Amino acid sequence: MLIDVHAHFFPERSPRPDWRAYNASRLRAGERIGITVHVTSTLGTFGLTSPTYFPSPADVVYGNDFTIALQREHGVRIRGYACVNPNYQDHATAEIARGRAAGMIGVKLAASRRADDPLLDPICEAAQQHRLPILQHIWQGRRRDWPGQEASDGAELCRLAARHPQVLFILAHVAGGGDWRHTLAVAPAYPNVYLDLSGSGVDGGMLEACLASVGAERLLWGSDITMDTGWAKLRYLQHLLPPADFELVAWKNAARIFPPGSFPSD
Amino acid sequence: MRIDVNAFLGGYPFAKVPGTSPGDLLAAMDRVGIDEAWVTHLPGLFWRDPTAGNAWLYETCRSSPRLHPVPAVHPGLANWPDVLREAVAQRVPAIRCDPCYFALAPSGPEMIALAAAAGAAGRPVLLAVRLEDARQRHPHDVTPELPAAAVRALVRSSPAARFVVTHADRGFIEEVHFGSTPDEARRIWWDISWIWGPPEEHLATVLRTIGPERFVFGTGQPLRLPEAAIAKLDLLDIAPEQRAAIESANARAAGNGATP
Repeated sequence: MLIDVHAHFFPERSPRPDWRAYNASRLRAGERIGITVHVTSTLGTFGLTSPTYFPSPADVVYGNDFTIALQREHGVRIRGYACVNPNYQDHATAEIARGRAAGMIGVKLAASRRADDPLLDPICEAAQQHRLPILQHIWQGRRRDWPGQEASDGAELCRLAARHPQVLFILAHVAGGGDWRHTLAVAPAYPNVYLDLSGSGVDGGMLEACLASVGAERLLWGSDITMDTGWAKLRYLQHLLPPADFELVAWKNAARIFPPGSFPSD
Repeated sequence: MRIDVNAFLGGYPFAKVPGTSPGDLLAAMDRVGIDEAWVTHLPGLFWRDPTAGNAWLYETCRSSPRLHPVPAVHPGLANWPDVLREAVAQRVPAIRCDPCYFALAPSGPEMIALAAAAGAAGRPVLLAVRLEDARQRHPHDVTPELPAAAVRALVRSSPAARFVVTHADRGFIEEVHFGSTPDEARRIWWDISWIWGPPEEHLATVLRTIGPERFVFGTGQPLRLPEAAIAKLDLLDIAPEQRAAIESANARAAGNGATP
């Protein structure tokens, strides 16, 4: 059993004319790697008609509809996060409810607002009501603003996590850009924050540092947009960890934090 | 047979990195099934005289036959022809010069002189585009990345010059390859360490559009997990002979047979 907690498939209305080939490549690589379930989010139209990290309400609906259709088409092989833009409060909470009713198993927050912004509180309350974890896009150790997103770093997410101790948060792509050491310095004190290992980074010493920071019990395996680096980290974890701990990272932690019945083993 | 053309020994100044000793590197190679590695003395790249690490590197590689030295040559230091002669005498597969780390103009006269001399001596110059993701570097690590234009200029500067370029992504490789004549492009080899696999399929794309003969197996270890380069290959659908070329035969060709 292997759960990729950070996947993306592209919809037709996106800037990628190769969206079908891209999606097929993800599924094909997933079979080779042994991925049982891809947990995916669709960030609106990924920039076609509104910015990827600031999706308009209409694009949020379009993207979530696409994710829901993927779930229906692929059964247990693909599960979805409901992506929301917290600047549109009522719309966001309604999308969470709609997504959960359609079988979505988590909430995705991109970078439409800082993670510690009060506007995220109603999102967290909705996630708690539906028992959904929140996957928050994170820039590891943001030292400046980056164009195209209102990126948050680990410290900001942890402030939100402290306000909502009953909600489980997935701190996205520790290996996905920025200084992961900044994240590892703050994460240990927040037991409701889990680290997703996805991203293109395969730094020597990173996985050892993640384990030292939060332990195998709070690590989740994922790939994001580079499945080769995800597989590399998985292979190295097999070398680093005893089998029981490896299973925690590969799928058991995910099975614990997503709603019961989300995955075939539940 | 698998040869890693992109490996280092010694500590990294900007972060704690495990596994930097020769014994650790050999253990990592055993873990993932790498038979031989071209290695550079990593701390030396940051020294005023990067060649000061070469003697240790030669000595280390003499006692570890699976490791092949890629010594630093600094063409801004007056003794560089002697350093190059010593490297050739040591039967190295390549010499290394990272102009941005050595604070040289990437395609300036020193680099052009070195490229020509190394080419005449039958050795490629190995250059890294980067050592770390720019998004995560130490605030004081402000070394620019190697520009693609510099590689184009260098390969045009001498018909004998040959290069192994590491840590390049798809865009960089395509820009240089298709910005070069066929003869120029045949004198450059690219390591696969920074080329993305699926679902972007960058590696599959460049193998199809450029051809597997231009690519060599490289990891960037111990700064990067060597598992990544192998995972990329395992996710490809390529003929066994093409994979073998990437994993070893192309490196032998690039190294002019210096690697046994």
